[in-house]
Amino acid sequence: MSAILSVENVTLRFGGITALADVGLEVKRGDLHALIGPNGAGKTSLFNVISGIYAPTRGEVIFEGQRITRKKPHVTVSLGIARTFQNIELFRHMTVIDNLLLGRHQLMRAGPFSAALFLGRALREEIAHRARVEEIIDFLEIERYRKQPVGALPYGIQKRVELGRALATDPKLLLLDEPAAGMNVEETEDMARFIIDIKEELGIAILMVEHDMGVVMDIADRVTVLDFGVKIADGAPNEVQSNPRVIQAYLGEEEQM
Amino acid sequence: MPIRSKTFNESYYEDIKLFRTIWIKFWAVIFVAALALLPYIGDPYFVYLVNLSCLATVAAVGLNILTGYTGLISLGHAAFVAIGAYTAANLANHLGTPFWINLPAAGLIAAVAGAIVGIPCLRLKGLYLAMITMSFGVMVEYVVITWEGLTGGVRGMSVPAISIMGYKLSTDERLYFFLIAITAMLLFAANNITRTRVGRAFVAIRDRDIAAEAIGVNLTYYKVLSFAISSFYAGVAGGLYAYTMRHIHPDHFTLLLSIQYITMIIVGGMGSIVGSIFGAVFIVVAPEFIKLFAQSSARVFPVLEGRYDEEWNIAAFGLLIILFLIFEPGGLYSIWNRIKIGFKNWPFTY
Repeated sequence: MSAILSVENVTLRFGGITALADVGLEVKRGDLHALIGPNGAGKTSLFNVISGIYAPTRGEVIFEGQRITRKKPHVTVSLGIARTFQNIELFRHMTVIDNLLLGRHQLMRAGPFSAALFLGRALREEIAHRARVEEIIDFLEIERYRKQPVGALPYGIQKRVELGRALATDPKLLLLDEPAAGMNVEETEDMARFIIDIKEELGIAILMVEHDMGVVMDIADRVTVLDFGVKIADGAPNEVQSNPRVIQAYLGEEEQM
Repeated sequence: MPIRSKTFNESYYEDIKLFRTIWIKFWAVIFVAALALLPYIGDPYFVYLVNLSCLATVAAVGLNILTGYTGLISLGHAAFVAIGAYTAANLANHLGTPFWINLPAAGLIAAVAGAIVGIPCLRLKGLYLAMITMSFGVMVEYVVITWEGLTGGVRGMSVPAISIMGYKLSTDERLYFFLIAITAMLLFAANNITRTRVGRAFVAIRDRDIAAEAIGVNLTYYKVLSFAISSFYAGVAGGLYAYTMRHIHPDHFTLLLSIQYITMIIVGGMGSIVGSIFGAVFIVVAPEFIKLFAQSSARVFPVLEGRYDEEWNIAAFGLLIILFLIFEPGGLYSIWNRIKIGFKNWPFTY
């Protein structure tokens, strides 16, 4: 299987701080790839480079054979890279349906003039995309919340709505930034089940940052470990787990007396 | 066989159409009938107030699209109204073009001006944006006073009445249906824009601009578009103003007018088309009540006798903004919504 996304020698500096140093990474088609590392390792920075929020100092990001380095976020979305955020970034005052319809935004065409009339094409488009959004709502089992403003929903449901919004963009690659952060055991299990369904039923490749090692070891096909902006390990979950450099990064080094 | 409840939709179209229930249709018909009968049974002064409300509503809807929906504050809305008013007046006076060219032209010229102001504002929010738009308003005010060849300066400028196939809309009664029809068309368009793709993008920018961009909304395009649509409405409102007042003067388009529009959308409800109507009507009608209040309180406190003047209104608008922001940030629209939900659920309390 070929790689859908490859990150090649990416370096990212902010002033004197090096957030990422020469990081390389390949996500294979249909894979669930986990990105782990201690706090401040550069995981979210790497996400921001891939989705176009940061421009890397050096290096390239290739998506489906196309160079996407320095492309703006709204362009990478339309190419097929959708993401969720570590701290939920939903549109609080809008309903679940409207949040998901925003995920369809770049697939819709209506401009201000056809929207103002709201006849024919604009209306048909609105209804067609609404139907697709309802499918995603069914898939994520959030039917009963569909007309509520998301700001008032429980945390676990908000996380699910954000996942739904990313799915609504019809992505080929999903970037999930800590999908199970702050969740209790049941919510984490639900989320893990949805992630597996997305991979297996929808066939979407996933790159996921996650701190819950249980989840990572259970569902990931491949794991990459970052520490202080440097890649220290890459491989199958069980290989990475026993890698001495990884253990050292997580547990600290024994001091030499 | 599902049990049909009060509002039972079988297609997504039924869920998003404008008049969804029989009751909404019923009240809409009553409202239209009342408006249609007003000139025949009401006081001519009411007709005048409705005309003023129409002008205010069009401009307020424009500002609400920019400030209420997109979250970009503007203290220079009056400048775009002025641009529209002087565009329509000049076209009518010098080229003699009919209103159906002049009004869209007023909107388009104002929209272009809005887009130009919008571009440097792309990276600014809140206080800084308020300062820039206010400065633009002051600049336009200055240009209107000094460029006498175009605006007539402080002498002002006369505007001919609208003529539809020889029928001159020269009185309030004659303008009445014309203004209502134009306002209704513009409200319909604004309502459609704000509840579909473009409007959702605006609200997304207001709620979380980073997430909006990450989900595929082109921030540059939609911020400029919001400025342009907002200014288009202001420009058309300005053109209608010129045709209604028949004489325009720099004093009509000051910072105070911009603040009045801000008051309208705060009192009416930010991010709501219906709220813009409520706010506009409220601010147009409020001075009448303030005058009434001043007269009746003068009877109790003789010291207030004869003290009422226009300045009272300005003070009252300031007080209104403060009170609404503290007690009812959602504006009249959220009060209206609560009442509506109360009736809908009656006799239950939830």
